[in-house]
Parts: sequence; structure tokens; C-alpha cells
Amino acid sequence: MQIKGRVYKFGDDIDTDQIIPARYMNTYDPAELAAHCMEDADPSFAGRVEPGAVIVAGKNFGCGSSREHAPIAIKAAGVSCVIAPTFARIFYRNAVNIGLPILESPEAAEALKEGDQVEVDLAKGLIKNLTSGGEYHATPFPPFMQGIIEQGGLINYVRERMKDRA
Amino acid sequence: MSMTITEKIMAAHAGKDRVSPGELINCRLDLTLANDVTAPVAIKEFSKLGLDHVFDPDRVVLVPDHFTPNKDIKSAELALCVREFARSYSITNYFEVGKMGIEHCLLPEQGLVLPGDMIIGADSHTCTYGALGAFATGVGSTDLAAGMATGECWFKVPESMKFIYHGKMRPWVGGKDLILYTIGDIGVDGALYRAMEFTGEAIQDLSIEGRLTMCNMAIEAGAKNGIIAPDEKTKAYVEKRAKRPYRFYYSDPDAAYAEVKEYDVSRIEPQVAFPHLPENSRPVSEAQGIELDQVVIGSCTNGRIEDLRIAAQIIKGRKVNPRLRVIIIPGTQEIYLQALREGLLEAFVEAGAVVSTPTCGPCLGGHMGILAKGERALSTTNRNFVGRMGHPESEVYLCGPAVAAASAITGMITHPEEVMGGAD
Ligand code: SF4
Repeated sequence: MQIKGRVYKFGDDIDTDQIIPARYMNTYDPAELAAHCMEDADPSFAGRVEPGAVIVAGKNFGCGSSREHAPIAIKAAGVSCVIAPTFARIFYRNAVNIGLPILESPEAAEALKEGDQVEVDLAKGLIKNLTSGGEYHATPFPPFMQGIIEQGGLINYVRERMKDRA
Repeated sequence: MSMTITEKIMAAHAGKDRVSPGELINCRLDLTLANDVTAPVAIKEFSKLGLDHVFDPDRVVLVPDHFTPNKDIKSAELALCVREFARSYSITNYFEVGKMGIEHCLLPEQGLVLPGDMIIGADSHTCTYGALGAFATGVGSTDLAAGMATGECWFKVPESMKFIYHGKMRPWVGGKDLILYTIGDIGVDGALYRAMEFTGEAIQDLSIEGRLTMCNMAIEAGAKNGIIAPDEKTKAYVEKRAKRPYRFYYSDPDAAYAEVKEYDVSRIEPQVAFPHLPENSRPVSEAQGIELDQVVIGSCTNGRIEDLRIAAQIIKGRKVNPRLRVIIIPGTQEIYLQALREGLLEAFVEAGAVVSTPTCGPCLGGHMGILAKGERALSTTNRNFVGRMGHPESEVYLCGPAVAAASAITGMITHPEEVMGGAD
């Protein structure tokens, strides 16, 4: 899976209330959530985000609540990948489960700048900076999670497993 | 080989003799939980599996607590979705408005979470139940959907971090102050992916309520779970509530920890966390005099009967400062009734506070006390993120019930001693 897009930068400890404020969580419609994506971190984001965008953030991205609305909003806004040095654990699981690619890479998170064009090879965990020419490596998913991603998310994975059992 | 309490519970539920940190395991679940915000997403995912049953209708708990009693039409539709699912899948532990409470106050009180359990909840504060010696962690809605279907969930075994609290707590210091102090020390990612195990003399001295408060906020340090070894207090709390067997697990004396932190609690003052992260905690003496527009006492962190008793001790016979609104929210119907019988609610209303039916309400900026631009609240809740209680330019300070109650009287952040007189 190849990903290519413009970098949008965010700081450390971006919590799920900034990604999708609870005041919009009386719905789980992806399009409605996308319209408020990142609103309390950067109110202009949802209006200016380009398709294929790559969010590059600081440590502990997605901390706070367990709301799956957060990765859903990001994915529905057209973001193709999130790169950070570390992710909060529930956000990490949720992103995998709904099929939003995320990569842990302290070096890429530090080196990439707002507006850079990047290309990401998920299988290899390779991040290329097309603007400045840099190359960074990310921690690849453990094989177990790769299985979930290959099945197209957790629900498909469970469906297959339940079939085996029946 | 020795193990921590977290590792022992995980091993038992994975059908293994032992597990070690980093290992990926599949665990049998004793209970799954979701609320009116997370359940609808889980139900949508669950329905893709085409099943006509959940893994066990007695072990799937659904609590509409976030936007209930329904705050608007969209929330009413979310609540309806949960209600209809509960009916068609014969879910025994669905708690309708009138029976409900804030989930993490309700489940321990109803004896639904027990020592030794393995629990997932589609709510990040599911880690609260570690206070009873269980492994409990928050997951997203898709994980929850898979859990409701299979009664299983995969985990990576976390490393454990041990926190030892020595000494005796000062007057007006409680579980909230210990956990705010700890998060202030290690930061909001200080325990990322790890288990936080709370031990020591001061933890033994804490009530079950105080322990629930501490484990509730383990997630605010990024932890997978918080946990406290069960003891006589745990036994007394669960034995009259439990409807199924439970088991006490303890860490081996030589179990391995990624890190050990030790604190002398006799040096810890009541704490206040400044905006916009729980790690910005400072002694209340450094926050004295900060003027407030609203005080909230409630939530899954501090909405239990002990919290209301502490607040009433300070508020009774006094008046809420006219410059601010005070909103008090008992965590469950049972707590509400108990507070009513003890005269606590009367004391609050006479003082000029508002008492609400149980709900998450303002804690997540849902309803019942939203802040306007530029307003400042002091709250016994667990998060003070940007926009958490309303407008993105409002501010939330976090504290325990004693500081909140004292500040309600003075209109500014205040040490309880100033209202009640010094004890030392
Ligand atoms: S009271 Fe607040 S933190 Fe607790 S479950 Fe409700 S919204 Fe979440």
C-alpha cells in the first residue's frame, strides 16, 4: 500500500478531545465527524486538509478517551496516515481496527516539516521525504496486527475466526 | 518464575501458566462494557458479524450515561439504538435512566466487576476497576464489538510499574491528590502501555472509593491498567455485592517491574491540576486565589458517597459564593438515594448548589454545565484538556472533593483548611 501526501504538523499529547470534541459525538456519521476533525487543535484543519494528507505529530498522539470517533474522523477527513514518536494505546488499537495506517517513528516525527511532501511504504515501514530527500524508518506492526490489517480490520478477522469455530 | 498481579490475571485468562511483558495473548473476558456514545459504533460493527447472540447476555453491560437523560434529538437516537440492541439480545445488565449511573461508579457498586476479573470497556476509564484487584482496560468500539461476539480479546502483556506510597496522608488529602501528584511526577505518558500497580501503607489506608479514584486516572498517565492488590477492605466491599465467584491475586514479592517509584505521602498537599493537562498538578497553596465561574463535584472519579460526604462536611451550613455556580452530581441512583437519606443533598441545595441526576454531563462537555468562552471551572473530574467542558477557550482545573467544596464557598481556589480551620 503506497501513501503519498502533504504533511500537517501537530504538537505533543494531542488528545482525543482535540481530535474530535465530545460536543460533536452525538453522531458517529464519518462525514459529520470529519467536518470537525482536529477542531480544538487547529480549527482551520478540516477546511484546508488535502486528500492523502499525512498527519505528523509529537509524542502520545491520541491520548485521552477511547472514542473510536477520533481515528474515524481522521480517516474520513481524507488523511492517509498518521506518524508520531508514540501513540496512546487505545488510539493505536482503534486505528488498526478501523484500518487507519499509523506509524511510530521518532526520527520522521522530528524531521518532517509542515508542507513537506512524503511517500510512505507501510509494508516496509519506510517514510520518504520528497521535499528534502530524507528517509526514515518506522517500527513495523507485529505480525499478529499485520494479520488484522490484511483481513481489512478486526471485524473481518473475527468473522473468519468464528467461521473456523462453527 | 514470579509474576505481578497483572501478569497472573492475564495468564489465568489466557489459559497459561505464565506470561511475560511483550507477549501477545488471547484472553477470555469476564465482562464487557459500553455506553451511549461508544455502544452504537460497537453495535454497528457487531451487526456486520451477522450473529443472533452475544457471547453471554449476563456479561455484556450497557450503560447510557454520557448524554442521558437525553440532551438532544441525536443523543436520544444513540440511546434508542442501545436500548433496542439490549432488548433484542436479551442483555440483562442494561441500565435504563432511573436505574443507571455513571458506568464506573455503577459497575463496582452493583457487584458486576470483581477481584481477579478480566474486563474490557469501550470507555477509557474502565481501568477504574483495577481498584478491586481486577485487570480492566479501555478499548475502542470495534474491539468491544469483537469482545461481545467472542468473549475474548487480544492483549500485549504490559510491563508493570510499581508505585509505593509511604506514610500517613495529611488532613484533606485523598486518593485524587495522590494520583494527581503521581501524574504530575511521571507525566501524561509516564506509564504509556504499562500497568500501574499502587501499593504501600497509604494505599491500605485508602477506602475503596479512594482506590477507585486512583485507578480511574491511570489512563491519564497513558497506562493500560491501574491495579491494587485486594485486602480485607476489598473483601468487605465485594462479598455483599458479588453474584458469582471471584479470586484474589497478589504480586510475587520478587516480581519484575520496569520501574519503581516511592513517595512519602506525608509531604503531599491537596493537589490542583492546571489547564490543559492532568500532569500540570501543583500543591493547592500555589493555586490559592484563582477565581472561578463554576465548580463541579461528581464524575466517575469523584462522584461516590465518600466524595459527597467530604463535600457536605465543608458546604453544610455555609453559602456558595455568589460569583459562581456549583453543580453536584451523585454518581449513581444508589449514591443519590444515600446522599438524600443522609441529608447531604439538602445541605447542598440550602447552600445554593445545584444537584443533578446521575450523568457524565459536564465532565465531557456534554450538558448540565457547559462553559462559555473565557470561563474557568474547578472540577473533581479527570480531564482538563482544551475544550473538555465547553468552549475551546474555557479552562478546567482538577482537584479532589475537599478543595472543590472549599473553593465553592470562597469563589476561588482555596485550601479546605481556610474554610474549616487548620488541623495542624
Ligand atoms: S464521568 Fe467523565 S470520565 Fe467518567 S465516564 Fe463519564 S465522561 Fe467519562
